[in-house]
Amino acid sequence: MNAINPTGWRPSIGENTPDGTSQTFTGNRALQLEEALLFELGNADRSGVDFPATDDIDLSALGPMARAERPDLPGLSEPETVRHYTRLSRQNYAIDLGVFPLGSCTMKHNPRLDEKVARMPGFADVHPLQPVQTVQGALGVINELAQWLIELTGMHGVAMTPKAGAHGELCGLLCIRAALEAKGDPRDVILVPESAHGTNPATAAFAGFKVENIPATPDGRVDTAALTARLGPDVAGVMITNPNTCGLFERDLKIIADAVHAAGGYVYCDGANFNAIVGRVRPGDLGVDAMHINLHKTFSTPHGGGGPGSGPVVLSEALSPFGPLPFTARQVDGSIKLIEEEHAHEEHPQTFGRMCAFHGQMGMFTRALAYILSHGADGLRQVSGDAVLNANYVLRSLDDVLDAPFGSAGPCMHEALFSDDGFAEGFSTNDLAKGLIDEGYHPMTVYFPLVVHGAMLVEPTETESRAGLDQFIGAMRSLADRARAGDERLKSAPHLAPRRRLDETLAARKPKLVYKES
Amino acid sequence: MRYLPLTDADRSAMLSVIGAGSIDDLFADVPAEARLSAPIAGLPDHASEMAVERHMARLSANNTTAGSVPFFLGAGAYRHHVPATVDHLIQRGEFLTAYTPYQPEIAQGTLQVLFEFQTQVARLFGTDVANASLYDGSTACWEAVAMAGRITKRGKAVLSGGVHPHYVETARTMAKFTGDMLDTSAPILSATPDDDVLIARIDAQTSCVVVQYPDILGRIPDLAKIAAAAQAQGALLIAVVTEPVALGVLQSPGSLGADIVVGEGQSLGVGLQFGGPYLGLFGCREKYLRQIPGRLCGETVDADGKRGFVLTLSTREQHIRREKATSNICTNSGLCALAFSIHMTLLGGSGLSDMAKLSHIAARKAAAALAEVPGVTVVNDHYFNEFAVNLPKEARQVVRDLADRRVLGGVSLGRLYPQEASLANGLVIAATECTTDEDIAALVSALKEVLA
Repeated sequence: MNAINPTGWRPSIGENTPDGTSQTFTGNRALQLEEALLFELGNADRSGVDFPATDDIDLSALGPMARAERPDLPGLSEPETVRHYTRLSRQNYAIDLGVFPLGSCTMKHNPRLDEKVARMPGFADVHPLQPVQTVQGALGVINELAQWLIELTGMHGVAMTPKAGAHGELCGLLCIRAALEAKGDPRDVILVPESAHGTNPATAAFAGFKVENIPATPDGRVDTAALTARLGPDVAGVMITNPNTCGLFERDLKIIADAVHAAGGYVYCDGANFNAIVGRVRPGDLGVDAMHINLHKTFSTPHGGGGPGSGPVVLSEALSPFGPLPFTARQVDGSIKLIEEEHAHEEHPQTFGRMCAFHGQMGMFTRALAYILSHGADGLRQVSGDAVLNANYVLRSLDDVLDAPFGSAGPCMHEALFSDDGFAEGFSTNDLAKGLIDEGYHPMTVYFPLVVHGAMLVEPTETESRAGLDQFIGAMRSLADRARAGDERLKSAPHLAPRRRLDETLAARKPKLVYKES
Repeated sequence: MRYLPLTDADRSAMLSVIGAGSIDDLFADVPAEARLSAPIAGLPDHASEMAVERHMARLSANNTTAGSVPFFLGAGAYRHHVPATVDHLIQRGEFLTAYTPYQPEIAQGTLQVLFEFQTQVARLFGTDVANASLYDGSTACWEAVAMAGRITKRGKAVLSGGVHPHYVETARTMAKFTGDMLDTSAPILSATPDDDVLIARIDAQTSCVVVQYPDILGRIPDLAKIAAAAQAQGALLIAVVTEPVALGVLQSPGSLGADIVVGEGQSLGVGLQFGGPYLGLFGCREKYLRQIPGRLCGETVDADGKRGFVLTLSTREQHIRREKATSNICTNSGLCALAFSIHMTLLGGSGLSDMAKLSHIAARKAAAALAEVPGVTVVNDHYFNEFAVNLPKEARQVVRDLADRRVLGGVSLGRLYPQEASLANGLVIAATECTTDEDIAALVSALKEVLA
């Protein structure tokens, strides 16, 4: 075959695609470019890096484990590499391209100042085990960010090392277990509302707890009566998301926290949705004992196609003594001390230990600190205000064409929740979501929270303009009309994306996780 | 505020659509006593880009950077040269500002990168399959131990004394809560790794044996021998690679019989970054596929039969399985995986091999030079780019004194093992292709001064 497309599907000239345009020889369609796999393009002899000659190097000090042949890894020259990844990048949707309304994910603008700051050599080119006298500035960043997080949440301490939100949840639950063990009060049940993120029950189980679900009330909140009725000597604590995954504020959190504390338990708050309340509500004032903060959500460190995240955990006075190593402490002379295993027995004897090598996600700390300093206390308050305003604007601009299960109860927080109620027979939330792709948007979060049928959770964030939202709302109204009218073409959407619907069943039934030459 | 597009006119027009009088009214569900009426007191207000940059630059300047001095630190994080292309490409907004690829039709870029990354990791490690990355090497190591427990239904993990102490501490923290038993020991400052001692500790209750390759002192264990001993008892061998560049010149752990191979991918593309974000690598035998923690990307076809990629086998994961998930992990280290993959693509097998050889020769030169310093002995028989030396005095203070002379002279074992008096004089020295002959001369001369 002479086509330059070596990747296994047939380019067919002249056939019409469903949208009426003809296919091409290459499989490309103008700026929509196909890209072969690295393993079809490169080979192990090609390289994009120049090194001095290595033929004469004596390798005897490697000993008997030396390998005979170089690894079978394809290389590309620099121009080929740039082109490969640039072409691939163009098959991605991104915040830089438009509204990315994934509920509970807080896809907001990522400032480029933060990227510049993270690359300053004093942060990017320092080793985690350098003598502390040589990394005072880097430790200063950690300490300064820690102070901001404590102030913004009204808490007592903060564990900076957790590497992502779920790792932060684990940190909080390990603090709770350590605190209970210190009291000689072993308890093994964690209560989790049914609307919780899946990470909550998974984390609780991973930390060795039994998980029990707590029902929701018809207005989308935790059933306070059911929760308090379940409290007892076996309940270690509760995990509550606030604002919750229905986009609503848990009004009773303080009442719940008081009851949990009275019963000898602790309150973990999932801080995934902190963006809705930053600068306006401090979880510490609501009786929370531990809460992770997703720096990649509220404080805008880039999501990077699925990480790295960063999940510092703010802690109450009751839980702070149990937090992980290492951590920083400012000394009277202004220098920053690093508390590691060596000093732990004097300065932090009740720690539950270490959660990871080194100091946490430093590259995210620098970005988050630059973001926080840019906004300041006044700006962060405006962030939550505009985030909630944008979500309510979306809610009220769509609630006549889409069912909003909790829409009549009053304003939502940072995200608007809709259901598939009213769609034509056989039309689903997924169809509307895939239609949104053809309109040039990333879909909202779908089928979550599980408590709403065909859930669509829309979080616009504060970095969308009104004009941008109006266009998005227009697209959503058009799609809602089509789903209600039963437009068959919606069921096979997307039609215009680099790929049409992908066969996920095939992928799971016959897993192909690595390239093999056929 | 430069990151907020709404104007006051927008806000009032939108409030009237909503039917609310003010933004504060939208927070009516928050109990009045918990609602702050003004910005939090005592914190600074917003700042210009210039002001923030100045503040951060001042903090940045208050560090000694690896590139500015003779630099010999390793112990789980290595300074390699990263081509400019890597950082340029990872800053493309379509990679940087994308989310987890849950909508595959508009995320084929990220997904194909992950598929290529998985293949690169599997080939590097010599394993059948690999995942789309974990947080870092230390958490990947624990996930492997937990996975071995699920597979063998046994609760005792035997860890070599050569495993990075932070990795051991991380596992110890987790094991306290899951009830797994960890059989651990500190390393002994001797020329060869603890292979035989380790083998003697394996029994019929052992779920896995965890061996770092090369180990924390730079020694290179005989994985094939340990694999055979572990597998004879029905235990799995987990190999831990904290310096993946080593596999440019060393046999892959998978080819030597390791069942699970985990590692820290920071050496390629990611940079030092004061310890994070880093990149957890995870590969294993295909038969354990459904026990792998974290995300997996798989090949499939779309409705037109075109090849495409999706996240797959998500029935292992927390958002489907909740409390029955194989792990609570919800993210990978996507952008770091991209950086690793691009760097690996630029290198190719021949480039990786060259980089490894140049790192090795730099370490040999450093070892030879240090062996000439009075009172200093080189511990290792064999090593890749890192080796231990025994000093005539406490290494922790020596490292601080070297830093005062603007030489970052290695990682003291006293810092890594504060409770082990027998290791107090030990120092671990790493070199890479970045290390020059002048750097080595500066280390030797500063060390002579400090030891005098």
